[in-house]
Amino acid sequence: MSVVTVQLFASYADLVGKPTIEVPLTPGDKVSDLLRNLRALPAASTLPATARVAVNQTFAGNSTLLHSNDEVALIPPVAGG
Amino acid sequence: MSRSALVDRPIDPASLVAEVSARDRGAVSLFLGTVRDTNEGREVEGIDYTAYASMAEAELARIVAEAREKFGVTALVVEHRIGTLTLGDISVGIAAAHAHRAAALDSVRYVIEEIKKRVPIWKLEHYTDKTRSWVDPTAQHVEAST
Repeated sequence: MSVVTVQLFASYADLVGKPTIEVPLTPGDKVSDLLRNLRALPAASTLPATARVAVNQTFAGNSTLLHSNDEVALIPPVAGG
Repeated sequence: MSRSALVDRPIDPASLVAEVSARDRGAVSLFLGTVRDTNEGREVEGIDYTAYASMAEAELARIVAEAREKFGVTALVVEHRIGTLTLGDISVGIAAAHAHRAAALDSVRYVIEEIKKRVPIWKLEHYTDKTRSWVDPTAQHVEAST
């Protein structure tokens, strides 16, 4: 078991009350596992189950395999322009 | 040539146009996004733009590369501003130039539409009643805690 630090932004950082959160990671975990582990944490239970995830600065699907040294971020609905 | 950047200073449309212009480019297209005074019926007085900066810059660069590939446009520059903007301020500037108009017009349209779908930038709107909320184009607003 290791831990990955997930970056939070904008409304998601407000929901959790901080800009990063540490999430347990088991070898072989995918993005879908990360989202489930994240929302099991009391501080993060209000985050949406369908949040978009970026891994190493690229959007990643639910089946993307995660590694402990990946840069992981939860991306709220974007509103640029 | 092409260039994309997040900037924390005012965007100068004339310099974007100058950057893409050349004697062999007979068409120049410019898009500016500016801070509007109302959103969904609420009176806006300003917007804080924040970003996941490293990914936003990477995504902007990918979008520009895609536009060059799709439309063959000769010159394309994009700047998106972050920080606190007031009414009328330019939040995004996109300039394209090409020998003929189609590539210049189409590439600018493509870039702004893709920015709105996938570049990790967020708006915290400030209203005249002193409340604030995060803009969520996909759903209802989430009240900000700050």
